[in-house]
Parts: sequence; structure tokens; C-alpha cells
Amino acid sequence: MSNKKYWRSLEDLNDSPELIKKAQNEFAEPIPMDEFLGSEGVSTNSTPRRDFLKFLGFSVTAATLAACETPVRKVVPYVIKPEEITVGVSNWYATTFANGHDYCEVLVKTREGRPIKIEGNKFSKVTGGGTNARAQASVLSLYDEARFKKPMKGNSETSWNTLDKEVVSQLSQIASAGGQVRILTSTITSPSTKQVIAEFIAKYPTAKHVTYDAISFHGVRLANLSSFGKAVIPTYHFEKSEVIVSFGADFLNAWLSPIEYAKQYGSTRKLNEEKKSMSRHYQFETLMSVTGANADYRVGLKPSQLNNALVNLYNEIAKKSGASVLTSKSSPADKEIAKAANDLWNAKGKSLVVSGSNDKDVQTICNAINAMLGSYGNTIDLENHSNFHQGNDEEVATLIQEMKEGKVGALLMNNVNPIYSMPSAWGFEAAISKVSLTVSFDDRPNETTEKCKYVATGTHFLESWGDASPKPAHFALIQPTIYPIFDARQMEQSLLVWAGSSITYQDYVKTTWQKSIFTLQTDENNFETWWMTSLHDGVRVFWGSTASSTAFVGDIASAGSNVNKTATGGEFEVTFYENAIGDGSMSNNPWLHELPDAITKVVWDNYITMSPNQMIALGYSIEREQEAKSDAAEIVVNGITMQLPVYPQPGQPEGTIGIAMGYGRKVGGKLFVNKDVLDNNVLGGANVFPALSFTNGTVHYMNSNVTIKKTSEQYILASTQTHHTMMGRNMVKETTLLAWQKDKAAGNEREMFKVKEHGKHVEKSAEELDLWASEKNPGFDRPGHFWNLSIDLNSCIGCGNCIVSCQAENNVSVVGKDEVRRTREMHWLRIDRYYSSDRAHSKKPEDGKIQMYHELEVPSENPEVVFQPVMCQHCNHAPCETVCPVIATTHSSEGLNQMTYNRCVGTKYCANNCPYKVRRFNWFNYHNNAQFDYVTNNELSKLVLNPDVTVRSRGVMEKCSMCVQRIQEGKLSAKRDGRRLKDGDVETACAQSCPTNAITFGDANLKDSMVSVAKKDERMYTMLDELDTQPSVFYLTKVRNNETSGAHHEEKSKPAHLEA
Amino acid sequence: MQHEALIREPLILGNKTSHDITEDICRPIEKAPTKSWWIAFILSAACLLWWVVCITYTVATGIGAWGINNVVDWGWDITNFVWWVGIGHAGTLISAVLLLFRQKWRLSINRAAEAMTIFAVICAATFLLSHIGRPWLPYWLLPLPNQFGSLWVNFNSPLVWDTFAVSTYFSVSIVFWYTGLIPDFAAIRDRAKTPQRKFWYGLLSFGWVGSAKNWQRFEEVSLVLAGMSTPLVLSVHTIVSMDFATSVIPGWHTTIFPPYFVAGAIFSGFAMVQTLLIVTRKVMALENYITTLHIDMMNRVIMITGSIVGIAYITEFFIAWYSGVEYESYAFINRATGPYWWSYWAMMTCNVISPQLFWSKKLRVNIPFTFFMSIVVNIGMWFERFVIIVTSLHRAYIPAQWSMYHPSWVEVGIYLGSMGLFFTLYLLFCKFFPVIAMSELKTIVRTSSLQAHKELHKHAAEHGHSTAPAH
Repeated sequence: MSNKKYWRSLEDLNDSPELIKKAQNEFAEPIPMDEFLGSEGVSTNSTPRRDFLKFLGFSVTAATLAACETPVRKVVPYVIKPEEITVGVSNWYATTFANGHDYCEVLVKTREGRPIKIEGNKFSKVTGGGTNARAQASVLSLYDEARFKKPMKGNSETSWNTLDKEVVSQLSQIASAGGQVRILTSTITSPSTKQVIAEFIAKYPTAKHVTYDAISFHGVRLANLSSFGKAVIPTYHFEKSEVIVSFGADFLNAWLSPIEYAKQYGSTRKLNEEKKSMSRHYQFETLMSVTGANADYRVGLKPSQLNNALVNLYNEIAKKSGASVLTSKSSPADKEIAKAANDLWNAKGKSLVVSGSNDKDVQTICNAINAMLGSYGNTIDLENHSNFHQGNDEEVATLIQEMKEGKVGALLMNNVNPIYSMPSAWGFEAAISKVSLTVSFDDRPNETTEKCKYVATGTHFLESWGDASPKPAHFALIQPTIYPIFDARQMEQSLLVWAGSSITYQDYVKTTWQKSIFTLQTDENNFETWWMTSLHDGVRVFWGSTASSTAFVGDIASAGSNVNKTATGGEFEVTFYENAIGDGSMSNNPWLHELPDAITKVVWDNYITMSPNQMIALGYSIEREQEAKSDAAEIVVNGITMQLPVYPQPGQPEGTIGIAMGYGRKVGGKLFVNKDVLDNNVLGGANVFPALSFTNGTVHYMNSNVTIKKTSEQYILASTQTHHTMMGRNMVKETTLLAWQKDKAAGNEREMFKVKEHGKHVEKSAEELDLWASEKNPGFDRPGHFWNLSIDLNSCIGCGNCIVSCQAENNVSVVGKDEVRRTREMHWLRIDRYYSSDRAHSKKPEDGKIQMYHELEVPSENPEVVFQPVMCQHCNHAPCETVCPVIATTHSSEGLNQMTYNRCVGTKYCANNCPYKVRRFNWFNYHNNAQFDYVTNNELSKLVLNPDVTVRSRGVMEKCSMCVQRIQEGKLSAKRDGRRLKDGDVETACAQSCPTNAITFGDANLKDSMVSVAKKDERMYTMLDELDTQPSVFYLTKVRNNETSGAHHEEKSKPAHLEA
Repeated sequence: MQHEALIREPLILGNKTSHDITEDICRPIEKAPTKSWWIAFILSAACLLWWVVCITYTVATGIGAWGINNVVDWGWDITNFVWWVGIGHAGTLISAVLLLFRQKWRLSINRAAEAMTIFAVICAATFLLSHIGRPWLPYWLLPLPNQFGSLWVNFNSPLVWDTFAVSTYFSVSIVFWYTGLIPDFAAIRDRAKTPQRKFWYGLLSFGWVGSAKNWQRFEEVSLVLAGMSTPLVLSVHTIVSMDFATSVIPGWHTTIFPPYFVAGAIFSGFAMVQTLLIVTRKVMALENYITTLHIDMMNRVIMITGSIVGIAYITEFFIAWYSGVEYESYAFINRATGPYWWSYWAMMTCNVISPQLFWSKKLRVNIPFTFFMSIVVNIGMWFERFVIIVTSLHRAYIPAQWSMYHPSWVEVGIYLGSMGLFFTLYLLFCKFFPVIAMSELKTIVRTSSLQAHKELHKHAAEHGHSTAPAH
């Protein structure tokens, strides 16, 4: 060690105290801060005036600058990137949405490990790429804050260890004491689950599986059992049916397997160069259903008359086929019945009669008609039957009886909510208190889980493994798309654990498939390869056998007399129906509540529907202005009292009442914090399930044991459409099949302008009168792609599934009832629904024209209904683009009307100047706002947002972008593959989800693309073409297979003329 | 010095000399405010405060606080904007157009009318700024250099024209008004007894010394500004009308709008001048300067412009029928018989029928009646804008998208509050600024005052020939 020392100065060497003191300061000389800041100095206690102003100026500026900065939100990259995830690229998984009530084979889009969008799986032979609103919305239910976070014991969270130990010990105790164990589930089509249940039963021999569906179709099974010896729900083939007659079956929206039927039905409604005919559809029904709205002939009948009409149809057909007739009463629909009978008979073997009743005898008569028509083996298939809706009302009733008698020691429930959804007559709530061990496998709270001793918290289907078998030879897989968000375990796994098995359910499903499904085929020898392909495709179909005709052996005479007995009816008859809310199990889903009812366009509530004429007679207000209040009525059905607002429904016969099921939930999420039903900001509605009746072995959805009286209460219903007729305008162009067959452009007359040219009057279209375009200069140039959207109004059934699909794809805000009431719904895509009116525009009444407009506003008593999906029309001469002062909305060279949210200042002029009224304004900040506590106010449900689409802030305009993010994605992947975009590479969310393929998207510059073929169709028209906005969205005329539709359009007054 | 014919009624009553004019007009400025001024001021300030509350609430929560919706995107906001801009028309018309036409009767009212113009345009501007979705970004409507690349405003958009028109009108009006105020400020400065008043009015008077050169320049600048303002009288409301006329909405898409809007604006502007001056002359004892003659003259303008507006309404109906366009016909039938029929008939009654009463001279010079009518006219003109905006939008092309519009309390509050803003400004003006252009008025005191008339009569009698009308 050396003692050498370096020094800077002598003072340093000597360690002079002065230097030490100086060295403690950063600067040798003191900085003249005081001088710099002011004469007096900052260090003095009293701040002089000048300095005060300086400080003030500095701090205000500093604070202002600091406040200007947008808060920074950090994005954390993967430390170890999962192999299959590329940030910004979505992964797709095939799985199946099967909750007992709905069934849909789907593809799930995941981004960065979270599922964000559901689409139909085109490999499916059942749903064929179609979805319904509930399937679309199911992804949001995954991110429901209300879900159980852990297994529950009573009302407190517990651990799986404790729960397993306690449940198993109690189960063994019960089993050893000979107590009954019951597993109550909704319909299970899964072979694996059934096997798990069998294993569980093997372990606990007193156990029994009971299937219960909130909405029962047990009557259909019973009827088929008595008619053909098979307790099945057959597969119906609407696509093979040339004549369809439905008695109250809403098969496009609610009955049995609506996605499947919509797909089939849609195919019969297509018209083009190759297919020049379409099905003829008669609908005899009580309420105005989606199916009835699409019918060629619709007759409104009371439920009791509906049965008479069915018997009369039987007799008409029986007369033709030589069978014996039943005693019958006449019904108001006899004329139409005779006509339908003729059509049915002429299309023998290609016709189909269905009934929406859940009554065994009614279904038996329906079966007999179909048998006489030779439908079995043609349009009805009892071999490849449907596995849906296995709920057995009789067994459920027996179970409750056993429970009441104290025989049942343990009740395990999955995916059922009997306290909410059972008829009160069954007394389930009293019965459950007699059961010592009650376990629910549900993943979220409901009225029943509240009463359960344990909740073995289950998983959402997007977190689960499993399989399904919608038909005997059709298998689908369920695979998780995300690891369970909470500490949940699916029912099958719990049952396996309790049965003492240690296998994971994933392996269990795989083994089942290896044993029983792999063996059904011979093409592939390697199971692993086959399994991976199955997982990829999601479905395996072995449909080989064709349907065979089966002899009808039912007792038609007794069925006939039973039906005649019940077909008496009262002053009022109530019918309970299903809309997008379904059976109520997905009721905590804001997307479903915000989806307008397909017919009434009302959101967030259920209500009593009644004939408008009768409402006037009984003193109810039929005012439907959006802020108008509806009068409430007190209705008593089967002794159950409900108070509900009354809504006028044209097409509904007098003396009938309709109420939707699935509303009035009390437990299970923030949407049900039900302070007061009549408090207008709260989700209202009443639960109608308790009022159901159970007779003849099935639960019934129609009832004549009704009294109704008007109350003084008023209630606000919110609806997205308050005006119901087309006012003699031609938004929807309509014609009849006969007219179309003669002239392909029937009903599609263009608005022409009379112009004086060289001294002569000539007719010209708006396009020819364009100020800017001439033959040499056609106005605009679309050199690359030209994105167009075609909507076939003939196959659109108005179901509204596209609305939810668009909402999920484009992060469309949910705004709640109160805002919808103010006409501020945000849906980019809406479906306008029009009723026909008895008054035609051209008929000159004696009392003058002014009166006539008012009369045009009144729908007919039994109106024809048309649906028209409307989104941004992407006008190539867009009125919105020219008026925006800041160029926030512009046109792309590919024909898209683009919205630049960042640039928008929100003058709303574009929305005013939009003739189609498709623009949506962000009146508030809809995210992170407690006032809009629906989707984007909590971190969990925000996970559903599509990262490719901007979440719009307050004060900007938004609208349909034609899924520009999908176009971009398609273009990029084509570019990466070094190829041109093919037709079908890009599909908008609405087009993808459409169960009837009514919406087609594509490049009109691409020869032979589906959309360019549609564009050349003579049925093609653009809405309001006299404005010459040149939309990129166009419609194909509606064609009805009857004699009269659209007649009032043909008579319409001569088009506008312009003297030039 | 112009010569006024003796047969004309004198414009200044009372035996007023130039000094009297100065005294009368400076009195309110130099004295403590009266009790009635305080009451009015407190009421207006309270309204203004309410405006601040409502605007703050709107900016804080979003314009969803209003009743407008996705079908009727403009409601009371633009109705009020057009209403206020319309009111702001009379000032420039009186000071510029009437100056060019040498209408001397304007001299007693032009100052107050111009002040009203400026305050009305300020009120209108508050609606322009607050009605947009992101009210912190209105400057994006100006073609300012920016960092967004070559991002420019859309010169196709009537809203951009509107921005230019209103801002030009406001700046020219304020310069014109201020130029006229300079000699009067100098007069107050010269009479000032307290140093503060001397200082402030000295500052305001820009060192006016009253030299011949000063007066010559003053006259020249006034003339030039009048020349510049005259086209603005026509352009502002023409362009405001184009906000509607260039659209495709039935009821808006109308070529008649520019003249019809200008006439309507003058109509409502004069009515507002009447409202203000009838009160001002009474409270500030200016009956000798603002005489029944002035009121009569303004009533004639109201009657004529009201009739023009009435013809425009009827023409619109005729064209709607004559065009044969279904949507257009319905839009107008809906105005008269639809859910908003009451607003249409309020408009027709107030704007078309009631001004016809002014054919009677007795009613034209009846002050309480004129005051009542001035309010009626402005109610009518408010309804005119409401009818055009709301009833056209609420039932346009697509019947499924027909809807209603109901204002919220916030919108009503902002409208009432804007009146608070207007009257607060006007009251401050009355207190601190000379409400009549005294220096200009003095130019006619020798020709058109009652005193001058008497002298001229005497002079005529002495020379043996009468110029006076035979009684």
C-alpha cells in the first residue's frame, strides 16, 4: 500500500478548514439565485410582489403543462411469449355453445389469450355457420363480474378441498342410508357428460339423472312416442318444404332449433337465375312472431281457435286422403285453412306442418297431418332426430314430489334455475328445503344457487372441455379458449372427483372420443391426427342413413276429442313467448337486453302485448312516442299476479295477451338490482314462469285462466322504433312471386325525373342527372377494391343476430334503457321493421290529404311485416362527407365512408344530413363511467373489447365502418401469401353471423364475386336512389309468395317529377 | 350639415341644445346607478350565473346532458344560435345601410343597436362553441397551421363558411361600433371629475382631440366601415341559412332560404331593438331622443320584413306541393299538422299575422303595444328556427327513424342563461357607455330638433312665404 497522495492545491494538501467547508458545496462560488429570481431573493420569508407574480406564473404554467399530458397507460410485453400467441394476430378455436336451451357450433376468436368474438362454424351440419343473438352474446357472459370467484359454502367462499371433503362425506352418508341422490340438469347431449353421470351413479347407486328444461318441448316427444313409438324430437327439413304451415311455432326464432331452421328456411327464400321458385309459408298464430312476420300468409287466432284451426286442417287433409274426419268447430281461419290444405296436398311429400304447442294431443294431430302428407321420410326425419330439449316435465314433477316427501337426500343441479323458472304450482322452493344436501354447479349466482348449501362453481363454456351430440351421428367438441378466470371447476370434473376418479375431464373426453367416435370412421387410422383435426374442425358428422317413412300409429280420435275439449278459451287467453333473452339464464347480459325485440323493438323489459283496438276499447294508451308512458295492467294468470306495462301489437287478435319469458330475474348481477319495477331506470319486467300450468304431462305456455285489469300506474318502455309504417314510401320494395316470375324487376321501379331535353320531356334517373358526372367522367374511380354489401330482404328474417355480432366486433357501447328512450342507442346496424297500412298513398279519400297522412301511420289490423337491416350505406356521393367542417369523415378509394374519430369535433352536422340516419354520436363517455355500468366500466368485461377497434371517446361521431379492420386483416394476409384477395376472404361481422346468408359482403370489382352477381340482379335497388347518394350497400327486393303483397306500392302515386 | 325639410317631423324633441344632449346622455355614466338598474343587473347576473352552471355541467358530462338525440342532432342549441345571430342583424343594418342611405333617424338608435348586435353575436357564439361534442377543440374549424401534416378544414362545409361569416361579422361590427364611440368617450373624458374616470375614458378615447383632422378621418373611416359592413348584413344570415339549404333534408334543402333568412333576421333584430330601447328611453329619460317617430319607423321595418317572411313561408308550402316530391310535401304537412304543429302555428301567428296590425298608424306609435309586439315577434322568430330545425329533422326520410325531441333542463337553462349574458352586457353598456351616439346626434340638432323647427318656422314667416304645412 502506497501513501502517495495527489493534491490540487496547497490548501487541499493542508486540509484547510475553509476548503473543507467549500468542498461541501456543489459549486465553488455561490450561484446568485436571488439575483436571478428577483431583487429581494427567494430565501427571505416574505415574498415580494414581483417574485410572487413570477412564482405564480411559473407554477401555473408548470401545472398547466403537467395537466395537458394524457395519462400514460403502460403496455406490458410478454416476458416469455407463449408459442401460439403473436401479439396483434388472432387465434381461432372451434367449440360449441350448448347450454341446454341453445345449441350452436362456433368458432371463437381470441386475441392475446382472451376470447373476444363468436362466429358460426361453417363445418356444422346443424347450425351451418349461423348463430343467434345469445350465441353471439355468450362471450360477454364469460367476463361477467357477478360470476362466482371461488366455490361457495352457503354464502361464503370456501376451498375446493373443503367442499370436496364435505360433499363426498355427505353423499356417502346419504347413499349409505339409502337416501336418494338426484342430478337435475338441463338437456345434456354430450356423450362424455352422460358417461360421467353414469360413473357417478355407479358410485352412488341411489342417484338418478333428471333432465329439466326451463322451456319445455316435452309434448313433442310424448306425441312422437305415441305416434311412432319414438320419444324423440325429429329433424325437420324446412329446406325441402315447398309449403310450410305453422301453428304458432316460431321456428325461426325460438322453436326447437331456430338457427338450424332459419338456415334451412332462408335457403327456400332465395331467388335468382337458377332458383325461380320459393316456399310458401302459412302461419296461424296468436302473437306476432318473427316467423309470422316472415310468412306469406299470416292469420292471427286465439290459442283456442288455433287448436280448432289445426283440427280443421286435419279434416281438410283427411278428406283429400280419404281418412276419417274428427268433429270440429269452425274457426275464423277456415278460408285460409282450406287454401293451405290445397297447397299442402298439391305439394305432398314436399310439405311440412308444425305446431308450437307443447300439448301431446295437439302435436299428435300435427303428426297425423304430416303422416297423411307423406312428410315422414321427406321433410321430417325421425332417424337422424334431434337430441335437443330432452327435459321431461313428468320426471321433474315426480322429483319434486319425492323431494316434498323427504325422500331425496341430495340434489345436484347444473345449468338449471328451478326456483326462478318452474311453475309455482310445483312448489320447488318449498321442496328444496326438505333436501339436506343441495349443490349447484353453476358459474354465477341465481335464485337457486342462493338456496343451495354448496356451489361447486362451474366454468363458462369458453373455459370448458366437453362435447355434444346434437343428432345421433353428429358430434361436436367443446374446447377451452381461456384458462378459467376464477377458481372454477366444470361439473363433469367435480362429478368425477366425487365419484373417486382422478382423471382430468380433458383426457376423459379424449378417451370417450377414442372409444366411441373414432371407431365410427375408417378414413384415418392415427387417433392423434384424427383428434387434432376434430379439435380444429370442431365437428364430426357421420350422416349416412337417409330418413325412412314411419307409419303413424297414434290415437288420433282421442287426441282430437281432447283438443276439442281444451279448445274452449276464455275472454282473454295468454301466450308466453320467447325472445332474445331466451329462458332467462343469460339475463345478466347487457348486449341481449339492449338488442331490440325483433318485432316490437322494445329493449330492456318485458310487457303485455295486446291488440291495439282492444287497448283503445279498454282505455289503455297506445301512444308510442319514445318518451310516452305506457299504462300498466295487473294480470293474474293461474293465481300469479304480475304488473306489467301494456304494449300495442298489431296483428294480435282481440282477447289475446302475450308476455315474454326470461325477464324478472332478481338475483345474479348488477342488472337485477331491482329497486322497484316501476322505477324507470331499472331493469324491469316480470317473471312469468311461475304462472305456467302443468297438465296432461307437460308444461303449457298458453292459458285461458286469466284476468286483467288496468291500473293507475304508468311505466316507460324504451324502444328503438316508435313509428311503424312506411308512410307510402319505398324503403322496402316488395313484390309477389308471380309478378317477379313475369318480370324480374317487378316492384323495383326506379324514381324517375321528367326533364326537358331538346324541347321534349324525357325521364331520367337521378344518376343521369348528376351534376358532376358525365359519360366521359363517371364521377368516381374505384381502381382497386370496391367494397359492397348486398342485403337480400327476402331471406332476412329480422332476427337481430347481426346487431349483436356487430356490437361485439366493433366495441359498440351499451347505453341502457334510459338513453335508448332518448333515441340514443349506439348500434351501428339496426333492423327497421315496418307494418303495412290499410291506407295506400294514392287512394284519394274524401276527407282530404292531410287526414290521409295520419291514417297512413296506423298499421293494419293484421299487417304484413317487412324487415330491413340498415347500417351506414357508404354512399359514394355521401351527404355527410361534404358537410363535415374538419374533414373527419371522408371516402376511401375502395368505396368506404370512413370516420376519423381523432379529428371529429362533434358538430353532428353529418348525422343531420344523413338521409338514412345511421350515424351514432357519443353523447357521453360510455366507458369508465359509472352512469353506464354495463360493459366498459369494469376491468373484467373490458376484456371483451376488440383491440383492433378504437373505443370511441365522448363527443365524437361513429357509425358502421364495414368492418374495415377485417378488410385490412384480409388484405394483409393475402399480401403475406402473395396472392390476390379472393371472394369470401373478408366478411363483415354481420354477413358472417347471418343464419340465412341474407347479407353478402365482397368486392364489386371482382368479377363473379357473390356481391357483384347480386349487384346485377334485377331485384337490386339502393335506398332513396332519387337522392343519388350512390350507396355501396344495396338491397334485393322482398318477394312474397302470395297474391297481394306490395300491391299498394304498385298503385303508389306517380313518382316525383322535375321540370328542367 | 344637411338640410332637413320642414314638413318632416323633428327627430329630437324638447328644446335641446348640443349641450343638453351631452348632459342628458352623460348623466347616467356620471351618476351612481339607479335602483332599477341594480335590480335589472342583479337579475341578469343571476341568469348569467345559471348559464355558467349549465355550461359547466354540459362541458363536464357531455352534450348528452341535452335532449338532442341520434335523430334530432340539433335542437335548442342551433335554434338559439340562429336566433341570436338573427337578432344581431339590426345593428349593422341600422348603422351601415341606413348610414349609406342617409337615414338620419338612425342616429338616436344606432349605438344601442350596434351594442345589441355585438352582445347577440357573443351569445350566438357561445352556442356554436358549446354545441359541439368536444368543446375544447373549436379552433379546429379554423384553417390554422398545425402539426397534423397538411390537415386543412373542409372548404365544402357550410359550417366552415359559417365560422368565417360569424367571426368576420363580429370583428367588423366591433370595430365599427368602437370607432363611433371614440368621440363620445373623449367627451366623457373631458367632463370627467375623478382621476380614474379621466384615466379610463382617456384610454378608451385613443387620444381624440376633436381636431378637424380627427373629424375628417372619423367620417371617412365610418363611411369605409359602413361600406364593408353592408354586404355583411346580407352575407351572415345567407351563410347561416346555407347550413340548412345545402343539406339534403326535406325542409332544409331550399333555395329560398338566403333572402328569407335575411328578412327574418332584420325582422327579429328590429324587434329586439324595440324591446331594448322602449325600456331604455323610459328608464334613462331619453324620450326626447328616441321618439315615437323612431318607434314608428322601426315598426314599419318590422311590418315589411314580417310580410316578406310570411310570403316565404307560403312559398315554401307552394313549392313543396308543386315539386311533387313526396318527402318535401310530407315535411311541410308535418310542420303544420304533425306532433310539433303548435310550434308551427306559434310561428305563423307571431310572425305573419301579428305584424300586419302595424298597418295601423295608431298601433305603430302605441308604445306599450309596440313593446308587446316586439316580444311576440322574437318568440315567433325563435319558433321559426325551432320549426325549421326540429320538425325537419324529427321526421325525415326513413319513417322507422322518426323520433321526438324534448329539451332537457340544461338546454332551457343555457337559453335563459344566454339572456342573462346578453342583458348583463347590455346593462354594463348602459352604465358605462353613452347609449346614444351624442357626437353624431349633434349633427342634426340644428336641422331636425324641435327648437330648429321653431326657428325655421319663424324665419320662414319673416320672409313671407310658408314652408310649413297648412294646418
